[in-house]
Amino acid sequence: MTDQASSIAYVRDTMIPEQEPPLTEKGIVKWVRENLFSGWLNSVLTILSLYVIWMVVSHTFPWFFNGIWIADSLSQCREVRDATIGQGASAACWAVITERWPQLVFGFYPSDLYMRPVLAFVIFMIGLAPVLFESVPRKLLVITAVSPFAAYWLIWGGSFWGPVAIAAGFIIGYMLYNAMSSKLGALSATIATIIVPILYWLYVAGDVSSMLNAIIPMEIAYVESKQLGGFMLAIIIGLAGIILSLPLGIMLALGRQSDLFIINKTSVIFIEVIRGVPLIVWLFTASLLLNYFLPPGTNFDLVLRVVIMVTLFSSAYIAEVVRGGLAALPKGQYEAADALGLDYWKSMRLIILPQALKISIPGIVNTFIGLFKDTTLVVFIGLLDPIGLSNAIRATTEWNGIYWELFAFIGLMFFVFCFSMGRYSMFLEKKLQREHR
Amino acid sequence: MTSLPDQTNQGFRLSQLIYDTRYRSMTIQVVAMALLMLMISWLVSNTVQNLEALGKDFNFGFLTQPAGYDINQRLIDYDSQSSHGRAAIVGVLNTVLVAVLGCALATVIGVIVGVLRLSKNWLVSRLMAVYVEGFRNVPLLLWILLIFALMTESMPQPRDFRGADPSASMILFDHVAVTNRGIYVPSVELSSGFFASTALNWLLILIALAGSIFVVRKIGAWASSKQEATGLRPTTWYINLAVLVVPSAVLLVLMGATLDVPFLKGFNFTGGLHLRNSLIALWIALSLYTGAFIAEIVRAGILAVSKGQTEAAFALGLRPNVTMNLVILPQALRVIIPPLISQYLNLTKNSSLAIAVGYMDVRSTLGGITINQTGRELEGMLLLGLTYLLASILISGAMNIYNNSVKLKER
Repeated sequence: MTDQASSIAYVRDTMIPEQEPPLTEKGIVKWVRENLFSGWLNSVLTILSLYVIWMVVSHTFPWFFNGIWIADSLSQCREVRDATIGQGASAACWAVITERWPQLVFGFYPSDLYMRPVLAFVIFMIGLAPVLFESVPRKLLVITAVSPFAAYWLIWGGSFWGPVAIAAGFIIGYMLYNAMSSKLGALSATIATIIVPILYWLYVAGDVSSMLNAIIPMEIAYVESKQLGGFMLAIIIGLAGIILSLPLGIMLALGRQSDLFIINKTSVIFIEVIRGVPLIVWLFTASLLLNYFLPPGTNFDLVLRVVIMVTLFSSAYIAEVVRGGLAALPKGQYEAADALGLDYWKSMRLIILPQALKISIPGIVNTFIGLFKDTTLVVFIGLLDPIGLSNAIRATTEWNGIYWELFAFIGLMFFVFCFSMGRYSMFLEKKLQREHR
Repeated sequence: MTSLPDQTNQGFRLSQLIYDTRYRSMTIQVVAMALLMLMISWLVSNTVQNLEALGKDFNFGFLTQPAGYDINQRLIDYDSQSSHGRAAIVGVLNTVLVAVLGCALATVIGVIVGVLRLSKNWLVSRLMAVYVEGFRNVPLLLWILLIFALMTESMPQPRDFRGADPSASMILFDHVAVTNRGIYVPSVELSSGFFASTALNWLLILIALAGSIFVVRKIGAWASSKQEATGLRPTTWYINLAVLVVPSAVLLVLMGATLDVPFLKGFNFTGGLHLRNSLIALWIALSLYTGAFIAEIVRAGILAVSKGQTEAAFALGLRPNVTMNLVILPQALRVIIPPLISQYLNLTKNSSLAIAVGYMDVRSTLGGITINQTGRELEGMLLLGLTYLLASILISGAMNIYNNSVKLKER
């Protein structure tokens, strides 16, 4: 060993310090080489995308940032632009949004009552928090139960006792179920729980509320449905549709999976007919034809009709999504539930639905997003949703000829709502994921 | 052992209808049926009463009466003296036209975007994600109105094309004019057709084309069988090309086909084919919107084929393009096709948003002007609903047949 070592001219006996990688193999250069210019096709695509981005940015950014925020009309906007930025320069006129902001949000709601829908929205959001996030204190669920009635009363106004009388129906049903299920068995208790409150709402609730109102008058100014509009209307229709269509959709899905021939076929026909026809046609049916199907002389609120139609429409889609979830569960789960001796409703409630709904969360949320976007269609039956209002604003002399600013604003608002719904569904999926943690 | 009391001797008791699982399902169904019948009869009797009160009857005679309104976009002959029924058919054809055009463009956009979104190129995949999220989260109605406004407000007027130094010019070697009144494209005119009707002449060319495609498929099958037998695949692309092009080209020449290029005359363009703003806006918006959904479907389909499949194919010695054609695509398509077809269905139904731009689809003719003029809401809406229902049943029926044919054949 020593001979060899001495015969070799030089032997390194210490490690040389680690060297920096070559300049092209580290940091941003490496990233750019690997991600943007890894081959001729990729390079072409990168340059093409850069060109597209440049085209979009160079056209919209000056327009966007030159925007004029304070003006009374489009012509004044142009005067301000010519004076400050330059003759004929590209500049958005955001003043239409600042000036018409209350209208875009509230429609033709009486301006002295704007606090009421805002309060309703806040209460509703507080009620929604414990449903959406587990970390929120459970006690807030009381507000969740109260919030639909509170929101209804605050937005439409009228007697305080109307919503109270309606809410009492649910309490009656709940108490009836508790009292009867121990004595008469689950089935008859369920039937009674469904029938008694309906009879109560049809025949008793109106008298109860007017009687209570006579004893203790509590009334705020009544606002007609046709005065609602803007994003408020979109949110009302969207949220009401979402809340009502989920339970209905689940029932329809169970009906479609059922062994009972008549219930199965009824669900199938209902779902297929609703899904086969576009929502616009259903909305026209609601506005043109519903009076034919109801007893002569009845006439009820257009917003309520729209909510019912939108609910039925999206419940059919939700039924299909949930059916997919039910079909995706292994048969062993159904058999295990049966083996435990659970009856149909218990096995559905405790074993099947929690798993099936978890699988179908993305589909359900997609349906909700679709429903919220579809609320824009009410413009065709004369309700003033944001798009309807944008037409109305354009029809005024001050803002005649304004397009892009309104479209951009409405689009952005819808994007924010729908995108956050989509993100929430991803969050929920991740939270409920049980495999590969 | 205590013995259970013998229950079979007690005979049938009424309470068994609820508590005995053998009879309970029957009870529930009978009750449900009764409630359903009750509700239907309630609705029908209400309708009959209301119709009587309004002095209306229920018949479809209005379909044969003259319509009395014009339709600016039509694929078959129609004038204001034609019947309401013919107006409805014109509307159906317009719906089919925009649906077919939309499905084709949406598929192209969706496939390209879906593949590019999986690209390793960071910039491209982000750009595609922005496109997909942007279109999926904003209402279709807004896109339709936006593109319509873009066409009518931002495009040059026909008079801008006039003069020695025009501010706008035609594109594609002076063949296509994009104006705020629509897009004018060249059309093929048959000067000496075999039949008097232009539609029949075109039908003849279409038949020739379909025949060519049939023959090409036969040649493909023949080449495959040859390959199976000998291991060598005969070169067929030039035969295919000839079979595809020659018959229709010969027909076109025989019928004296000429290209009719739009030109400026007075204050507007004449000649060629006029694509109205309403059609363009509806078509582009529907395609871009549905394309975003299709892109997600395509992406999910490609991701659904596990990497092991590619690796297994490579291990067998298949080349990349063969792997794609024989291993990846057939499996990805099984995942892609069903949701793709339901997107086609959605596009067809969404074409009813034509109302926003005044495109005369079936909802605008049968479900719009006809109802307004005749006052037959019930009949009109019923027919309209049935039309859409029929279309959706046809499309989903086709989907079921396809699904069954590609279903995994398990034990």
